[in-house]
Amino acid sequence: MTLPRLGGRPATIDYPLLLTALLLSAMGLAMVYSAGQTDIAAGAAAAAWQRQLVWFFVALGSAFVVTRSSVRLIEWVAWPAYATSVVLLAVLLVFGTGAGTAESMKGWLTIGGTRIGQPSELAKVAVALMMAKVLAGMRGTPRSLVELWKPLLVVGVPFLLIMLQPDLGTGLVFIGIAFGMLFWAGVPWPLLIMLASPGVSLVFAFNTSVWGAWFLVLLALLFWYRPRPIEGVLLAVLNVTIGVVAPLVWDKLNIYQQRRLLVFLDPQYDPQRAGYQVLQSIYAIGSGGFTGKGYTLGTQKRLGFLPAHYTDFIFAVVGEELGFIGVSIALSLFLALFLRSTRVAQRGSDMFASLVAFGLATGWFVHVVVNIGMTLNLMPITGIPLPFFSYGGSFLLASWLSVAVLLRISAEGRGQADGLGL
Amino acid sequence: MSFHPNEVARRARAVRAILTLVIVGLGLAFFRVQVLRSSQYALQADGNRMREVPLVAPRGIIYDRNGEIIAENLPGYTVSLLSPTADSLASALDALSKLVPIDERHRSLVMRRYERARNQPAVIFNDAPFEIVSALEEHRVQFPELIIQNSPKRYYPDGEAVAAVMGYIGEISELELTLPKFEGYKPGQLIGKAGLERQYEAQLHGREGSRFVEVDARGRVVRDQGVRPDIQPEAPAPITSTLDLELQRFIHERYKDSLLGAVVAIDPKTGGVLALYSGPTYDINRFTGSMPPSYFNQLNTDPRKPLYNKATQGAYPPASTWKLATAIMAMEMGIADIDTYMERPCTGGYMFGNRFFRCWKHEGHGNVNMRQAIATSCDTYFYQLGLKIGLSNLVAGGIRMGFGSRSGIDYPQETMPRFPSADITRYYNEKYGARNWTNAVTLNLSIGQGENSQTAINMARFYTALATDGTAPRPHLIQQDVPRERLFSIRPEQLAALREAMADVVSSRGTAGSAAVQGITIAGKTGTAQNAGPDHAWFVGFAPYEDPKIVVAVFVEFGLHGYTAARIATKVMEQYLKTTLVNASATTNAQ
Repeated sequence: MTLPRLGGRPATIDYPLLLTALLLSAMGLAMVYSAGQTDIAAGAAAAAWQRQLVWFFVALGSAFVVTRSSVRLIEWVAWPAYATSVVLLAVLLVFGTGAGTAESMKGWLTIGGTRIGQPSELAKVAVALMMAKVLAGMRGTPRSLVELWKPLLVVGVPFLLIMLQPDLGTGLVFIGIAFGMLFWAGVPWPLLIMLASPGVSLVFAFNTSVWGAWFLVLLALLFWYRPRPIEGVLLAVLNVTIGVVAPLVWDKLNIYQQRRLLVFLDPQYDPQRAGYQVLQSIYAIGSGGFTGKGYTLGTQKRLGFLPAHYTDFIFAVVGEELGFIGVSIALSLFLALFLRSTRVAQRGSDMFASLVAFGLATGWFVHVVVNIGMTLNLMPITGIPLPFFSYGGSFLLASWLSVAVLLRISAEGRGQADGLGL
Repeated sequence: MSFHPNEVARRARAVRAILTLVIVGLGLAFFRVQVLRSSQYALQADGNRMREVPLVAPRGIIYDRNGEIIAENLPGYTVSLLSPTADSLASALDALSKLVPIDERHRSLVMRRYERARNQPAVIFNDAPFEIVSALEEHRVQFPELIIQNSPKRYYPDGEAVAAVMGYIGEISELELTLPKFEGYKPGQLIGKAGLERQYEAQLHGREGSRFVEVDARGRVVRDQGVRPDIQPEAPAPITSTLDLELQRFIHERYKDSLLGAVVAIDPKTGGVLALYSGPTYDINRFTGSMPPSYFNQLNTDPRKPLYNKATQGAYPPASTWKLATAIMAMEMGIADIDTYMERPCTGGYMFGNRFFRCWKHEGHGNVNMRQAIATSCDTYFYQLGLKIGLSNLVAGGIRMGFGSRSGIDYPQETMPRFPSADITRYYNEKYGARNWTNAVTLNLSIGQGENSQTAINMARFYTALATDGTAPRPHLIQQDVPRERLFSIRPEQLAALREAMADVVSSRGTAGSAAVQGITIAGKTGTAQNAGPDHAWFVGFAPYEDPKIVVAVFVEFGLHGYTAARIATKVMEQYLKTTLVNASATTNAQ
């Protein structure tokens, strides 16, 4: 099958990528259906699969339209899409509404009482496009952080708007996408470390020796890499300030203020509840064993012990009902998706296409690792969904738009003469 | 930006490596949780959803010596609530109280049961009447946390006749739960609280079973069938009592309204208790399950003390029934024999020092020998005999015959008799103060008064030795082999002579002539225990005189005179010898 000629030459469909995405979506839909099969009043979960199915077809339709466009058209759309996203995120701060467990967050766009969607999901795609456009336009390898101001601004504005909602989880996805794309664009790794250093210092600040060791490593890096002196000094001072001030400020706060700050940064879950959720998630996954309790038969899910079982913790249902076999299949599909997307990025027709492909793949990767890691308490509970699985229309739409963009890039990419060849 | 294909390929390699490592790492983490530690988490997940509902085990059946059922189990219903929190239990009780009677006291009891075992259903009705069960079944849908299940209920076909001997069962208390004896018991279980039910708790208690129900995260029952196979409760092996239910019933039927006291009957050959009755009695069947508190209060405050087993827990001066002990000691010491006369005849009393000790017969018995003194219960004779024996010998002999210790019957809380200790000087000094007492205590002791209180069961044991060869086994209620112990040693012809004297008692020559029974020679001794109020009556004896098959001790509170007790005792003997024993042998022969 060939796609219509738009780029002037025949293009083939990247079947492995499409097939992987379809399998993931099918599995995801099946799990959303199972999530509604409970012994207690299921509430919103009961009919979730029907709505998710509708969204799936909407997403497929939109994806089809995108595959009929071209990489150039996608590049052209980057600016308007980015601008729209930023405006929507800004509007949300005033008119946004919360939902479910995240009632205090302003992540939902609501018109006349009807929740339309979560603009931050589409913003992820838009930011990837915009970053790619900006990075592709840059000449030469950057040697200093200042040279990265443009891409950093591109990701910084929506990041700040999202942190104001506040939604730490989604914010971290933006950071992940940004670092992934900078790496793919060829930014030297010492610069990436320097860029990350204030954040690392903030995390390490609460253990003096760990922070000390980290700071020595950072200093060694600065002396070896020799960035612009002013940048190096400023960075060192910034790291010291964070390392010294953060614990002082933290200690000055009483335990209620600390908790309030934590809840502010991560309002979806209060600590007690989060602990309960993770425990129940691990019981569900562990009790699933090698072969699982059987599709729709998970007791933790059926009896309501597993919270958020059709959204954030849907992978615990996979673990409980389909067992280690089901988990392995899902993880393999995700790995296949990532590897295939990397291949698409590697073979992109130009730098923009390659960066977009890699950025979208990075977004998925962060989602998958954080979400699945969370179900086993390997990652903090930040409440970000699992692509193709978690119930949620905007996210499914965004994921399939990403698939479509990747398919288009793949179709126009180099080395397509060998068709399906790997 | 450097975007040379070679560099991109290098980065792509690094990316592939990282992706694969991370995903494989996640896979390993899942392998650890789902394969290596699965069983542990499966347990946790099951613990989340499974609630164990105890299945009450039937208590052991108790048969009488002829295989008749004394205690069995009937089908009953237990109603309980499985609640996730105290608040939800409280509101469920509120709702339930609109349908069935649950008062404030009952409510707090249920709440206490819940606090003791939160994961178990809190029992509301241990033995719900059918009306309550059907009322609740009708509204079943409204109460998903309600559990109604069959549970065996203790039943005594002759509840009132065997009340004192059986005791009763009740819910285990918090204190009892801490005792090593009740290790493995759970809150809410029923245990023997008194009587044989308590004594043989270990043998009568079955092994509790379990039923599993599935609850949701809010603690509501979702499924109560087939969640996991039930563990069936196990009933223990039945035990066989030495009691003769027919005799027990006879005593009850005849004396339920009149008797204030105790009747004990023992098979002198084995020491097995044939009957043990305490009056007034009560209905132990009302003690099972949900006993109305008013009933217990009524029994508990009744001045006639129905809850008190007068046969084993009531100790009273044995009075003249004890004179046989004095006589035996005199024989053992060679001081007197059956035809020995005392120095002074009975003139209605005996002058000791400057104090006159009365005989019960004001006009006096005249000059009597031992045989006549026993038959007519002459106090004057025994005052002199006691003085000859001496206080220390009298006390030592009494202790040897078991008057200083319990009979040892397999029944809880037997009262310790009151009797002087072997070190008499110290005993009486402590009691009256040094030099504040005289040899007058000897006179009182020799006629069974003074520092001497005995239970009916202990007196029956002593007369078992009299009815046989001076030996007696420990009396017992559950069939077992018990060795005989020697209480005294006199020559067989001396024992025979004493028995003849005792046969005189229940004849026109004796104090209980009015109690004689046609066709059976009965031997025994009356006693009239002095009391601040009306005197108590005693009779202890055996029949038939020629070859004793039953020893009976009867004690009647405020019975005034020994023959009151004797009339009951001889009727019991007659019933046993003429009817029960005949019926039993007929049954045995038929088999």
